[in-house]
Amino acid sequence: MMETPLLEAHGLGLRFGTIPALDGVSLEIWPGEVVAIVGESGSGKTTLLRVLSGLLRPDAGSVAYRGPDGATHSVHDMGEAALRRLMRSDWGFVHQNPRDGLRMGVSAGGNVGERLMAVGARHYGGIRAEATEWLRRVEIDPARIDDTPQQFSGGMQQRLQIARTLVTRPRLVFMDEPTGGLDVSVQARLLDLIRELVADLGLAVLLVTHDIAAARLLAHRLLVMRQGRVVEQGLTDRVLDDPQHEYTQLLVASVLAA
Amino acid sequence: MSPAIRTEALGKSFTLHLQGGTRIPVLSGVDLAVEPGECVALAGPSGAGKSTLMRCLYGNYGAGSGRILLRHRGAELDLASADARLMREVRRETLGYVSQFLRVIPRVPTLDIVAEPLVARGMPREAARARAAALLTRLNLPSALHALPPATFSGGEQQRVNLARGFAPGYPVLLLDEPTASLDAANRAVVLGLIEAAKAQGTAIIGIFHDTEIRDRVADRLFEVHPEQAFA
Repeated sequence: MMETPLLEAHGLGLRFGTIPALDGVSLEIWPGEVVAIVGESGSGKTTLLRVLSGLLRPDAGSVAYRGPDGATHSVHDMGEAALRRLMRSDWGFVHQNPRDGLRMGVSAGGNVGERLMAVGARHYGGIRAEATEWLRRVEIDPARIDDTPQQFSGGMQQRLQIARTLVTRPRLVFMDEPTGGLDVSVQARLLDLIRELVADLGLAVLLVTHDIAAARLLAHRLLVMRQGRVVEQGLTDRVLDDPQHEYTQLLVASVLAA
Repeated sequence: MSPAIRTEALGKSFTLHLQGGTRIPVLSGVDLAVEPGECVALAGPSGAGKSTLMRCLYGNYGAGSGRILLRHRGAELDLASADARLMREVRRETLGYVSQFLRVIPRVPTLDIVAEPLVARGMPREAARARAAALLTRLNLPSALHALPPATFSGGEQQRVNLARGFAPGYPVLLLDEPTASLDAANRAVVLGLIEAAKAQGTAIIGIFHDTEIRDRVADRLFEVHPEQAFA
Protein backbone atom coordinates (compact mmCIF):
# COMPACT_ATOMS: atom_id res chain seq x y z
CA MET A 1 0.00 0.00 0.00
CA MET A 2 2.38 2.76 1.19
CA GLU A 3 5.37 1.86 -0.92
CA THR A 4 7.09 5.14 -1.57
CA PRO A 5 7.95 8.18 0.52
CA LEU A 6 6.09 11.43 -0.09
CA LEU A 7 9.13 13.54 0.54
CA GLU A 8 12.78 12.57 0.32
CA ALA A 9 15.69 14.79 1.27
CA HIS A 10 19.33 13.89 0.72
CA GLY A 11 22.47 15.49 2.07
CA LEU A 12 21.01 18.90 2.83
CA GLY A 13 23.55 21.57 3.70
CA LEU A 14 23.13 25.27 4.31
CA ARG A 15 25.42 27.85 5.90
CA PHE A 16 24.52 31.28 7.22
CA GLY A 17 27.92 32.95 7.03
CA THR A 18 30.22 30.65 8.97
CA ILE A 19 27.39 28.97 10.88
CA PRO A 20 26.28 25.61 9.54
CA ALA A 21 22.47 25.74 9.77
CA LEU A 22 22.11 22.35 8.10
CA ASP A 23 24.86 19.81 7.80
CA GLY A 24 24.30 16.58 5.90
CA VAL A 25 20.62 16.13 6.74
CA SER A 26 18.70 13.35 4.99
CA LEU A 27 15.18 12.23 5.75
CA GLU A 28 12.07 10.63 4.33
CA ILE A 29 8.42 11.19 5.11
CA TRP A 30 5.95 8.46 4.22
CA PRO A 31 2.20 8.79 3.70
CA GLY A 32 0.28 8.95 6.97
CA GLU A 33 3.41 9.43 9.02
CA VAL A 34 3.86 12.13 11.66
CA VAL A 35 7.51 13.08 12.01
CA ALA A 36 8.66 15.55 14.66
CA ILE A 37 11.89 17.46 14.59
CA VAL A 38 12.99 18.44 18.08
CA GLY A 39 15.96 20.38 19.35
CA GLU A 40 16.80 23.63 21.07
CA SER A 41 16.52 27.08 19.50
CA GLY A 42 19.20 27.48 16.85
CA SER A 43 19.51 23.74 16.24
CA GLY A 44 18.39 24.22 12.65
CA LYS A 45 14.97 22.66 12.92
CA THR A 46 12.99 25.59 11.53
CA THR A 47 15.59 26.06 8.79
CA LEU A 48 15.13 22.41 7.87
CA LEU A 49 11.36 22.88 7.68
CA ARG A 50 11.81 25.91 5.43
CA VAL A 51 14.21 24.05 3.14
CA LEU A 52 11.99 20.96 2.93
CA SER A 53 8.95 23.05 2.06
CA GLY A 54 10.80 24.97 -0.63
CA LEU A 55 10.87 28.32 1.19
CA LEU A 56 14.67 28.25 1.41
CA ARG A 57 17.17 26.90 -1.07
CA PRO A 58 19.94 24.71 0.36
CA ASP A 59 23.63 25.07 -0.57
CA ALA A 60 23.85 21.33 -1.00
CA GLY A 61 21.54 18.37 -1.35
CA SER A 62 18.09 17.88 -2.79
CA VAL A 63 14.44 17.51 -1.80
CA ALA A 64 12.10 15.42 -3.92
CA TYR A 65 8.33 15.31 -3.63
CA ARG A 66 6.19 12.57 -5.08
CA GLY A 67 2.87 13.95 -6.30
CA PRO A 68 -0.48 12.14 -6.36
CA ASP A 69 0.27 11.18 -9.97
CA GLY A 70 3.31 9.23 -8.76
CA ALA A 71 5.77 11.54 -10.50
CA THR A 72 8.73 12.87 -8.53
CA HIS A 73 9.46 16.60 -8.50
CA SER A 74 12.52 18.40 -7.22
CA VAL A 75 11.13 20.93 -4.77
CA HIS A 76 13.82 23.50 -5.50
CA ASP A 77 13.68 23.17 -9.29
CA MET A 78 9.93 23.20 -9.85
CA GLY A 79 9.60 26.97 -10.04
CA GLU A 80 7.67 29.40 -7.92
CA ALA A 81 4.32 28.99 -9.63
CA ALA A 82 4.37 25.21 -9.27
CA LEU A 83 5.45 25.49 -5.65
CA ARG A 84 2.64 27.95 -4.93
CA ARG A 85 0.19 25.56 -6.56
CA LEU A 86 1.51 22.75 -4.39
CA MET A 87 1.19 24.90 -1.27
CA ARG A 88 -2.44 25.64 -2.12
CA SER A 89 -3.52 22.08 -2.71
CA ASP A 90 -1.40 19.08 -1.90
CA TRP A 91 0.60 20.69 0.90
CA GLY A 92 -0.33 22.73 3.91
CA PHE A 93 1.65 24.97 6.21
CA VAL A 94 0.65 25.75 9.79
CA HIS A 95 2.68 28.68 11.10
CA GLN A 96 3.54 29.32 14.72
CA ASN A 97 1.92 32.72 14.47
CA PRO A 98 -1.60 32.38 13.05
CA ARG A 99 -1.22 35.87 11.54
CA ASP A 100 1.27 34.37 9.08
CA GLY A 101 -1.25 31.78 7.89
CA LEU A 102 -4.53 33.69 8.05
CA ARG A 103 -5.94 36.73 6.34
CA MET A 104 -6.78 38.79 9.37
CA GLY A 105 -9.24 41.12 7.67
CA VAL A 106 -11.25 38.34 6.02
CA SER A 107 -14.07 36.48 7.82
CA ALA A 108 -13.45 33.07 9.35
CA GLY A 109 -15.63 31.48 6.69
CA GLY A 110 -13.75 33.38 4.01
CA ASN A 111 -10.41 32.18 5.33
CA VAL A 112 -11.52 28.58 4.98
CA GLY A 113 -13.47 29.08 1.76
CA GLU A 114 -10.63 30.88 0.05
CA ARG A 115 -8.47 27.73 0.11
CA LEU A 116 -11.33 25.74 -1.37
CA MET A 117 -11.79 28.28 -4.15
CA ALA A 118 -8.07 28.14 -4.85
CA VAL A 119 -8.46 24.48 -5.76
CA GLY A 120 -11.47 25.13 -7.94
CA ALA A 121 -14.59 25.16 -5.73
CA ARG A 122 -17.09 27.66 -7.17
CA HIS A 123 -20.48 26.93 -5.62
CA TYR A 124 -21.03 29.54 -2.87
CA GLY A 125 -23.51 27.47 -0.85
CA GLY A 126 -21.25 24.42 -0.98
CA ILE A 127 -18.20 26.42 0.09
CA ARG A 128 -20.06 28.01 2.98
CA ALA A 129 -21.42 24.64 4.10
CA GLU A 130 -17.96 23.12 4.02
CA ALA A 131 -16.48 26.10 5.88
CA THR A 132 -19.20 25.73 8.54
CA GLU A 133 -18.42 22.05 8.88
CA TRP A 134 -14.71 22.80 9.30
CA LEU A 135 -15.32 25.46 11.93
CA ARG A 136 -17.31 22.86 13.85
CA ARG A 137 -14.50 20.33 13.45
CA VAL A 138 -11.96 22.70 14.95
CA GLU A 139 -14.43 23.61 17.71
CA ILE A 140 -15.23 27.15 16.63
CA ASP A 141 -18.91 28.07 17.01
CA PRO A 142 -20.25 28.23 13.42
CA ALA A 143 -22.25 31.30 14.52
CA ARG A 144 -18.93 33.15 14.28
CA ILE A 145 -18.41 32.33 10.62
CA ASP A 146 -18.70 35.99 9.62
CA ASP A 147 -16.36 37.31 12.34
CA THR A 148 -12.79 38.10 11.41
CA PRO A 149 -9.82 36.39 13.09
CA GLN A 150 -8.98 39.71 14.76
CA GLN A 151 -11.98 39.08 17.01
CA PHE A 152 -10.71 35.60 17.98
CA SER A 153 -8.47 34.48 20.85
CA GLY A 154 -5.00 33.11 20.04
CA GLY A 155 -6.18 29.52 20.44
CA MET A 156 -9.16 30.10 18.15
CA GLN A 157 -6.96 31.78 15.55
CA GLN A 158 -4.68 28.76 15.59
CA ARG A 159 -7.63 26.39 15.20
CA LEU A 160 -8.90 28.50 12.32
CA GLN A 161 -5.50 28.31 10.66
CA ILE A 162 -5.67 24.53 10.96
CA ALA A 163 -9.15 24.46 9.40
CA ARG A 164 -7.94 26.69 6.56
CA THR A 165 -4.95 24.43 5.99
CA LEU A 166 -6.75 21.09 6.14
CA VAL A 167 -9.92 21.93 4.22
CA THR A 168 -8.28 21.01 0.91
CA ARG A 169 -7.20 17.64 2.30
CA PRO A 170 -3.48 18.13 1.75
CA ARG A 171 -1.33 15.01 1.78
CA LEU A 172 1.57 16.65 3.58
CA VAL A 173 1.38 19.34 6.24
CA PHE A 174 4.30 21.30 7.64
CA MET A 175 3.81 22.62 11.16
CA ASP A 176 6.16 25.08 12.80
CA GLU A 177 5.67 25.17 16.59
CA PRO A 178 1.88 25.09 16.18
CA THR A 179 1.28 25.39 19.93
CA GLY A 180 4.04 27.93 20.43
CA GLY A 181 2.50 31.06 21.87
CA LEU A 182 -0.50 29.48 23.57
CA ASP A 183 -1.53 28.87 27.20
CA VAL A 184 -0.96 25.34 28.42
CA SER A 185 -4.68 24.46 28.62
CA VAL A 186 -5.21 25.82 25.11
CA GLN A 187 -2.17 23.85 23.92
CA ALA A 188 -3.63 20.57 25.18
CA ARG A 189 -6.87 21.15 23.31
CA LEU A 190 -5.03 22.07 20.13
CA LEU A 191 -2.70 19.09 20.34
CA ASP A 192 -5.62 16.74 20.79
CA LEU A 193 -7.40 18.33 17.85
CA ILE A 194 -4.33 17.97 15.64
CA ARG A 195 -3.86 14.37 16.78
CA GLU A 196 -7.45 13.49 15.93
CA LEU A 197 -7.55 15.24 12.55
CA VAL A 198 -4.22 13.80 11.47
CA ALA A 199 -5.38 10.27 12.31
CA ASP A 200 -8.80 10.73 10.67
CA LEU A 201 -7.46 12.23 7.47
CA GLY A 202 -4.35 10.02 7.29
CA LEU A 203 -2.13 13.06 6.82
CA ALA A 204 1.62 13.06 6.70
CA VAL A 205 2.94 15.77 9.00
CA LEU A 206 6.35 17.26 9.52
CA LEU A 207 6.23 18.99 12.87
CA VAL A 208 8.89 21.25 14.29
CA THR A 209 8.68 21.70 18.04
CA HIS A 210 10.79 22.22 21.11
CA ASP A 211 7.99 20.70 23.20
CA ILE A 212 9.01 17.11 23.91
CA ALA A 213 5.60 16.24 25.38
CA ALA A 214 3.86 17.47 22.23
CA ALA A 215 6.24 15.41 20.12
CA ARG A 216 5.52 12.30 22.21
CA LEU A 217 1.81 12.80 21.84
CA LEU A 218 1.72 13.48 18.11
CA ALA A 219 4.72 11.96 16.40
CA HIS A 220 5.32 8.43 15.20
CA ARG A 221 8.94 9.19 14.55
CA LEU A 222 11.37 11.69 15.99
CA LEU A 223 14.49 13.43 14.70
CA VAL A 224 16.72 15.16 17.20
CA MET A 225 18.69 18.09 15.79
CA ARG A 226 21.68 19.87 17.15
CA GLN A 227 23.91 22.40 15.41
CA GLY A 228 22.41 21.63 12.04
CA ARG A 229 22.80 17.87 12.27
CA VAL A 230 20.39 15.05 13.02
CA VAL A 231 22.10 13.45 16.02
CA GLU A 232 19.51 10.75 16.64
CA GLN A 233 16.29 9.50 15.08
CA GLY A 234 13.80 6.68 15.37
CA LEU A 235 10.54 5.54 16.90
CA THR A 236 9.30 8.35 19.16
CA ASP A 237 8.96 6.36 22.36
CA ARG A 238 12.33 4.69 21.87
CA VAL A 239 14.22 7.94 21.27
CA LEU A 240 12.62 9.44 24.39
CA ASP A 241 12.80 6.38 26.67
CA ASP A 242 16.14 4.95 25.52
CA PRO A 243 18.05 7.94 24.16
CA GLN A 244 21.50 7.04 22.84
CA HIS A 245 23.12 10.34 22.03
CA GLU A 246 24.47 12.52 24.80
CA TYR A 247 22.46 15.50 23.60
CA THR A 248 19.19 13.53 23.46
CA GLN A 249 19.83 12.29 27.00
CA LEU A 250 20.27 15.88 28.11
CA LEU A 251 17.12 16.97 26.28
CA VAL A 252 15.01 14.20 27.83
CA ALA A 253 16.49 14.73 31.29
CA SER A 254 15.62 18.42 31.09
CA VAL A 255 11.88 17.87 30.65
CA LEU A 256 9.81 18.53 33.73
CA ALA A 257 7.48 15.65 34.49
CA ALA A 258 3.98 16.89 35.32
CA MET B 1 5.18 -25.41 15.94
CA SER B 2 7.69 -22.62 15.59
CA PRO B 3 7.87 -19.90 18.24
CA ALA B 4 5.73 -16.78 17.89
CA ILE B 5 8.61 -14.81 19.34
CA ARG B 6 12.14 -15.74 20.34
CA THR B 7 15.35 -14.02 21.27
CA GLU B 8 18.90 -15.04 20.42
CA ALA B 9 21.64 -13.85 22.76
CA LEU B 10 19.75 -10.66 23.48
CA GLY B 11 21.80 -8.13 25.41
CA LYS B 12 21.10 -4.64 26.68
CA SER B 13 23.12 -2.06 28.53
CA PHE B 14 22.66 1.64 29.14
CA THR B 15 25.35 4.26 28.72
CA LEU B 16 24.67 7.35 30.81
CA HIS B 17 26.46 10.18 29.05
CA LEU B 18 25.36 12.68 31.68
CA GLN B 19 27.04 10.57 34.38
CA GLY B 20 30.45 10.52 32.79
CA GLY B 21 29.59 7.72 30.39
CA THR B 22 28.79 5.16 33.08
CA ARG B 23 27.76 1.91 31.46
CA ILE B 24 25.07 -0.18 33.14
CA PRO B 25 24.77 -3.70 31.79
CA VAL B 26 21.28 -5.14 32.34
CA LEU B 27 20.76 -8.12 30.06
CA SER B 28 23.12 -10.46 28.29
CA GLY B 29 22.72 -13.70 26.41
CA VAL B 30 18.94 -13.92 26.82
CA ASP B 31 17.53 -16.85 24.84
CA LEU B 32 13.78 -17.00 25.23
CA ALA B 33 11.27 -18.68 22.94
CA VAL B 34 7.49 -18.62 23.30
CA GLU B 35 5.10 -20.73 21.25
CA PRO B 36 1.64 -19.64 20.16
CA GLY B 37 -0.84 -20.32 22.98
CA GLU B 38 1.93 -20.46 25.55
CA CYS B 39 2.30 -18.13 28.54
CA VAL B 40 5.77 -17.59 29.96
CA ALA B 41 6.25 -15.69 33.23
CA LEU B 42 9.48 -13.79 33.70
CA ALA B 43 10.99 -14.50 37.10
CA GLY B 44 13.86 -12.98 39.01
CA PRO B 45 14.43 -10.42 41.74
CA SER B 46 13.64 -6.74 41.39
CA GLY B 47 16.26 -5.10 39.22
CA ALA B 48 17.05 -8.32 37.38
CA GLY B 49 15.92 -6.74 34.11
CA LYS B 50 12.46 -8.21 33.62
CA SER B 51 10.88 -4.90 32.62
CA THR B 52 13.92 -4.03 30.50
CA LEU B 53 13.50 -7.32 28.64
CA MET B 54 9.81 -6.55 28.03
CA ARG B 55 10.63 -3.08 26.76
CA CYS B 56 13.30 -4.48 24.42
CA LEU B 57 10.81 -6.98 23.04
CA TYR B 58 8.34 -4.18 22.36
CA GLY B 59 11.00 -1.99 20.79
CA ASN B 60 10.59 0.70 23.42
CA TYR B 61 14.25 0.09 24.24
CA GLY B 62 16.64 -0.67 21.44
CA ALA B 63 18.28 -4.10 21.63
CA GLY B 64 21.98 -3.73 22.41
CA SER B 65 23.07 -7.03 20.89
CA GLY B 66 21.54 -10.24 19.62
CA ARG B 67 18.26 -10.74 17.78
CA ILE B 68 14.55 -10.61 18.54
CA LEU B 69 12.72 -12.78 16.04
CA LEU B 70 9.00 -12.25 15.73
CA ARG B 71 6.60 -14.08 13.44
CA HIS B 72 4.93 -11.26 11.57
CA ARG B 73 2.85 -11.54 8.37
CA GLY B 74 3.84 -15.18 8.08
CA ALA B 75 7.61 -14.67 8.23
CA GLU B 76 10.23 -14.24 10.91
CA LEU B 77 11.38 -10.68 11.37
CA ASP B 78 14.30 -9.38 13.44
CA LEU B 79 12.94 -6.58 15.59
CA ALA B 80 16.44 -5.69 16.76
CA SER B 81 17.13 -4.22 13.34
CA ALA B 82 13.61 -3.10 12.34
CA ASP B 83 13.20 0.58 11.50
CA ALA B 84 10.55 2.85 13.00
CA ARG B 85 7.99 2.32 10.25
CA LEU B 86 8.25 -1.45 10.39
CA MET B 87 8.07 -1.32 14.19
CA ARG B 88 4.82 0.65 13.95
CA GLU B 89 3.36 -1.94 11.61
CA VAL B 90 4.42 -4.72 13.98
CA ARG B 91 2.79 -2.95 16.92
CA ARG B 92 -0.38 -2.38 14.95
CA GLU B 93 -0.75 -5.95 13.76
CA THR B 94 1.24 -8.44 15.79
CA LEU B 95 2.66 -7.22 19.06
CA GLY B 96 0.71 -5.79 22.00
CA TYR B 97 2.01 -4.46 25.29
CA VAL B 98 0.13 -3.73 28.48
CA SER B 99 2.34 -1.53 30.61
CA GLN B 100 1.78 -0.95 34.30
CA PHE B 101 0.70 2.60 33.83
CA LEU B 102 -1.64 4.22 31.39
CA ARG B 103 -0.22 7.14 29.46
CA VAL B 104 -3.20 9.46 29.56
CA ILE B 105 -3.90 11.59 26.52
CA PRO B 106 -5.65 14.81 27.51
CA ARG B 107 -9.33 15.00 26.55
CA VAL B 108 -9.58 11.61 24.82
CA PRO B 109 -12.51 9.57 26.19
CA THR B 110 -11.82 6.15 27.67
CA LEU B 111 -13.85 4.44 24.97
CA ASP B 112 -11.71 5.93 22.20
CA ILE B 113 -8.47 5.06 23.97
CA VAL B 114 -9.55 1.42 23.91
CA ALA B 115 -11.03 1.58 20.40
CA GLU B 116 -8.00 3.32 18.84
CA PRO B 117 -5.86 0.23 18.15
CA LEU B 118 -8.89 -1.47 16.60
CA VAL B 119 -9.52 1.48 14.29
CA ALA B 120 -5.81 1.51 13.40
CA ARG B 121 -6.23 -2.11 12.27
CA GLY B 122 -9.05 -1.09 9.96
CA MET B 123 -12.15 -1.80 12.04
CA PRO B 124 -15.00 0.69 11.45
CA ARG B 125 -15.17 3.18 14.32
CA GLU B 126 -18.61 2.18 15.57
CA ALA B 127 -17.75 -1.51 15.64
CA ALA B 128 -14.47 -0.69 17.42
CA ARG B 129 -16.34 1.36 20.02
CA ALA B 130 -18.83 -1.43 20.56
CA ARG B 131 -16.07 -3.94 21.18
CA ALA B 132 -14.27 -1.48 23.45
CA ALA B 133 -17.43 -0.88 25.47
CA ALA B 134 -18.06 -4.60 25.87
CA LEU B 135 -14.52 -5.20 27.10
CA LEU B 136 -14.59 -2.25 29.52
CA THR B 137 -17.90 -3.45 30.90
CA ARG B 138 -16.47 -6.94 31.33
CA LEU B 139 -13.65 -5.32 33.31
CA ASN B 140 -16.31 -3.72 35.56
CA LEU B 141 -15.77 -0.20 34.32
CA PRO B 142 -19.31 1.24 34.33
CA SER B 143 -20.52 2.73 31.06
CA ALA B 144 -20.93 6.13 32.72
CA LEU B 145 -17.12 6.34 32.74
CA HIS B 146 -16.59 5.35 29.10
CA ALA B 147 -17.14 8.88 27.80
CA LEU B 148 -14.67 10.44 30.25
CA PRO B 149 -10.93 10.80 29.77
CA PRO B 150 -9.26 8.53 32.34
CA ALA B 151 -6.99 11.25 33.76
CA THR B 152 -9.01 11.43 36.97
CA PHE B 153 -9.58 7.68 37.31
CA SER B 154 -8.10 5.63 40.17
CA GLY B 155 -4.99 3.51 39.56
CA GLY B 156 -7.09 0.36 39.32
CA GLU B 157 -9.51 1.93 36.85
CA GLN B 158 -6.66 3.20 34.67
CA GLN B 159 -5.09 -0.23 34.71
CA ARG B 160 -8.33 -1.75 33.48
CA VAL B 161 -8.49 0.80 30.65
CA ASN B 162 -4.95 -0.22 29.74
CA LEU B 163 -5.89 -3.90 29.85
CA ALA B 164 -8.95 -3.37 27.66
CA ARG B 165 -6.78 -1.50 25.14
CA GLY B 166 -4.18 -4.28 25.15
CA PHE B 167 -6.60 -7.20 24.89
CA ALA B 168 -9.12 -5.69 22.45
CA PRO B 169 -7.22 -6.26 19.18
CA GLY B 170 -6.25 -9.90 19.84
CA TYR B 171 -2.54 -9.51 19.02
CA PRO B 172 -0.73 -12.79 18.24
CA VAL B 173 1.93 -11.83 20.82
CA LEU B 174 1.07 -10.00 24.02
CA LEU B 175 3.42 -8.59 26.66
CA LEU B 176 1.90 -8.05 30.11
CA ASP B 177 3.77 -6.04 32.73
CA GLU B 178 2.08 -6.66 36.09
CA PRO B 179 -1.42 -6.76 34.65
CA THR B 180 -3.17 -7.22 38.00
CA ALA B 181 -1.02 -5.04 40.28
CA SER B 182 -3.77 -2.56 41.28
CA LEU B 183 -6.83 -4.79 40.92
CA ASP B 184 -9.25 -6.30 43.42
CA ALA B 185 -10.13 -9.99 43.49
CA ALA B 186 -13.13 -9.69 41.17
CA ASN B 187 -11.16 -7.87 38.51
CA ARG B 188 -8.18 -10.20 38.85
CA ALA B 189 -10.57 -13.01 38.01
CA VAL B 190 -11.68 -11.13 34.89
CA VAL B 191 -8.06 -10.66 33.80
CA LEU B 192 -7.42 -14.33 34.44
CA GLY B 193 -10.30 -15.13 32.10
CA LEU B 194 -8.95 -12.77 29.43
CA ILE B 195 -5.50 -14.34 29.58
CA GLU B 196 -6.92 -17.85 29.39
CA ALA B 197 -9.14 -16.95 26.45
CA ALA B 198 -6.22 -15.30 24.62
CA LYS B 199 -4.06 -18.39 25.15
CA ALA B 200 -6.85 -20.61 23.85
CA GLN B 201 -6.90 -18.48 20.70
CA GLY B 202 -3.19 -19.03 20.19
CA THR B 203 -1.78 -15.82 21.65
CA ALA B 204 1.79 -16.11 22.88
CA ILE B 205 2.05 -14.26 26.19
CA ILE B 206 5.08 -13.06 28.10
CA GLY B 207 4.28 -11.62 31.48
CA ILE B 208 5.66 -10.21 34.68
CA PHE B 209 3.35 -11.30 37.50
CA HIS B 210 4.17 -10.38 41.07
CA ASP B 211 0.81 -11.88 41.91
CA THR B 212 1.96 -15.50 42.30
CA GLU B 213 -1.57 -16.85 42.44
CA ILE B 214 -2.34 -15.43 38.98
CA ARG B 215 1.09 -16.47 37.74
CA ASP B 216 0.62 -20.07 38.80
CA ARG B 217 -2.78 -20.17 37.14
CA VAL B 218 -1.76 -18.79 33.73
CA ALA B 219 1.95 -19.45 33.25
CA ASP B 220 3.01 -22.65 31.51
CA ARG B 221 6.56 -22.10 32.70
CA LEU B 222 8.88 -19.60 34.30
CA PHE B 223 11.80 -17.93 32.57
CA GLU B 224 14.52 -16.78 34.94
CA VAL B 225 16.02 -13.37 34.19
CA HIS B 226 19.47 -13.10 35.76
CA PRO B 227 20.78 -9.80 37.01
CA GLU B 228 23.96 -8.69 35.30
CA GLN B 229 26.89 -7.63 37.41
CA ALA B 230 26.72 -3.86 37.45
CA PHE B 231 29.82 -1.82 36.58
CA ALA B 232 31.54 -4.73 34.88
